[in-house]
Amino acid sequence: MRVIQFWSSHRAELLGLLGQHVLLVAISTLAAIAAGVPLGIFAARRPRLSAPLVGFANLVQTVPSLAMFGFLLPVPLLGGVGPRTAIVVLILYGLLPIVRTTIAGLHGIDPSIREAGTAMGMTRGELLRQVELPLALPAIVAGIRVAAVVGVGSATIAAAIGAGGLGEYIYRGLSMVDGTVILAGAIPAAVLALAIDGGLLWVERSLVSRRRGSRRRIAASAAAATAAIAIVLSVTTLVSGRRDAIVVGSKNFTEQLILGEIVAQTIERETGLPVDRRLNLGGTLICERALAAGDIDVYVEYTGTALTAVFHQPLAGDTAAVLQTVRDAYARTGRTLLEPLGFNNTFTILVRGNDARRLHLKTIDDAAAHAPGWRAGFGYEFLERPDGFPGLSKKYGLRFGAPPRVMDLTLTYRALAASQVDLIAGDATAGLIDALDLFPLEDNRRYFPPYDAVPVARAATLLRYPDVRRALTALAGRITAADMRAMNNAADAGKEDPAAIARKFLESK
Amino acid sequence: MRAACHPSFTVTQRGRNSDPSNPRTREYNTGRVPAIQFDAVTYVQPSGARIFDNFTLGVEAGEVVALVGRSGAGKTTLLRLVNRLALPQAGRVLVDGRDTREWDPIRLRRSIGYVIQDVGLFPHMTVAANIGVVPRLEGWDPARIRARTAELLELVGLPSETHAGRWPDELSGGQRQRVGVARALAADPAVLLMDEPFGALDPITRTELQREFRHIQSRLKKTVIIVTHDMLEALSLAHRVAVLDQGTLTAFDAPDRIAASSDPRIRQLLDAVTLQAQRSD
Repeated sequence: MRVIQFWSSHRAELLGLLGQHVLLVAISTLAAIAAGVPLGIFAARRPRLSAPLVGFANLVQTVPSLAMFGFLLPVPLLGGVGPRTAIVVLILYGLLPIVRTTIAGLHGIDPSIREAGTAMGMTRGELLRQVELPLALPAIVAGIRVAAVVGVGSATIAAAIGAGGLGEYIYRGLSMVDGTVILAGAIPAAVLALAIDGGLLWVERSLVSRRRGSRRRIAASAAAATAAIAIVLSVTTLVSGRRDAIVVGSKNFTEQLILGEIVAQTIERETGLPVDRRLNLGGTLICERALAAGDIDVYVEYTGTALTAVFHQPLAGDTAAVLQTVRDAYARTGRTLLEPLGFNNTFTILVRGNDARRLHLKTIDDAAAHAPGWRAGFGYEFLERPDGFPGLSKKYGLRFGAPPRVMDLTLTYRALAASQVDLIAGDATAGLIDALDLFPLEDNRRYFPPYDAVPVARAATLLRYPDVRRALTALAGRITAADMRAMNNAADAGKEDPAAIARKFLESK
Repeated sequence: MRAACHPSFTVTQRGRNSDPSNPRTREYNTGRVPAIQFDAVTYVQPSGARIFDNFTLGVEAGEVVALVGRSGAGKTTLLRLVNRLALPQAGRVLVDGRDTREWDPIRLRRSIGYVIQDVGLFPHMTVAANIGVVPRLEGWDPARIRARTAELLELVGLPSETHAGRWPDELSGGQRQRVGVARALAADPAVLLMDEPFGALDPITRTELQREFRHIQSRLKKTVIIVTHDMLEALSLAHRVAVLDQGTLTAFDAPDRIAASSDPRIRQLLDAVTLQAQRSD
């Protein structure tokens, strides 16, 4: 029922995503037909070629789609962030079933029928058009059906690289750990797959039915009409793509979605320029490549992440030094790091609010004295990473009575609140900190490297639209860690929409 | 030039001169150029099996020649050599005096009607569309194709109103064969190749179709090569019967002389017919 409420409150967005999804599948399936049928015809006539060709298509099919998107991202012309890459991948997936059924359909024709055509003086082309293709058509349509249904499924993954479609809800739901939002995308995707499957099955059946005459013609014209509509739609969207829009990106977790909305809405309000949202991109590297390629104009990055993941430098130095290093590195590659938004999304050491008040704890040093009687709980990552537990324990002389318990990061907050452990390392902006009355201790010896949130934009975009720079610079220092925690909590626990949270925040300031 | 070489043109001229009413006693003008001539043909199958070695046979215009022999004697291969579905490794096959190698294969095949063994009607086309295939390829206008289709359906004894719109899988075996014959005749070819056209039919339908074939042939006077393994059929339909045995021509003569032959290989084929006739009595 909550799914239905979600749909009715997101009606316009749902229709938009559904439209994008249909377009992705329609364009890629049409292209796969255009390439796969001739390829199948070619291979069917050359048995020596058909085996390696089908083998290759099989191989492509076994590559997980997420990996395929990853391979294609850096490829010029084909790759990049957005629907183009998604369409290329979906075409590759659609080829196999279409090539295979085209070959099977042609090989399945009674040799005496082909012989009759040749003996009557048909050229190869006439034989193909008038005899072989019409007879292989039901098999080919079966292949198209498989390709389209597989396409509907694979297209949900395309949301990871900013291609849009119903996968956006699925990814949003996954990052918010909200089953309702996942279902909001998964159910229409499944219905779409069933509808396409049913429609094409009907076309296929009509083609093989005994009473071919009228139904056959209806089926053929229905298929042709659908294809025509899809082509017209895709051409108009491609042509009408808003060239001058500022494209705002974000990574695929709650905080990034909210920050993406804040950036997007700020640009919309302050400059009046149209904004395209490419939120929910699948990670730092995808955002970085998209920015480098010009597929997005701006997104919010964290200084520590930029230093290590983007520029491959060791984590060192204080907030100002890291900011300067990253700003220089971006400047050298045509990007501009704007002003920090105000909060630092680093690791933070957390204890229960009760303990902090009772024992008057303010800093990690304060807590170190109590550590021998405590038990710690950490995520897997924190135990391993260079800026994780080993260094922390050395820096502060932290010694616990028992070795730290290892658990999933999201579970550590609840384990702390439930007194199963007494100290954890969490994200400084986690919404659960306030929701569960946890207390962040001050890193008084400055152990944790800075992860200040800062918008990074293409220099060319800022030169062309100085208003964008002005608008984003005005956000400097305006989002505190407490603000960010509250907004994350509103999304994760309150199930509020990131766009609404961002709007509320900007209006309150 | 091409029009002058077109077999339908030359053959109709010749056909009118001969008397078809009494095939068994008809005399042949041996000085004429044969409509179809196998000239020292050697044919080796792609598998390497040698089917014909230095094989020679001539078919006169307007003549019906039956090729008889046991399975594997190479009868179908001879037909395929005529319409260039196969080319000989040595020797020549002349159609209307011209080597099949020199013919454009598409033109050659469209001027030869071919009734293949399994009929080979296109299952996705109606009876009318099947018959109209070659006229459509030749670019006839639709009204002419419709008229021709109706005419041919009447000729093979299938009323056009009730049969033109049917699908091949709605026809009986005999009806399919009739449509096959009509389709082969559609563009009025001078030459008709028939590969066991009545092979898969029950004896009554078969006799009926044979009778109709004689009737049609008496009107159209095509040059016909008909392949059969049934000596009785050969004797009753053909002007001359060619008996094939392992790629060689055992006999090539008028039916009455074949029937009277004492050659053991021919007697064997004739005895099979007699046995069959006794069994069906």
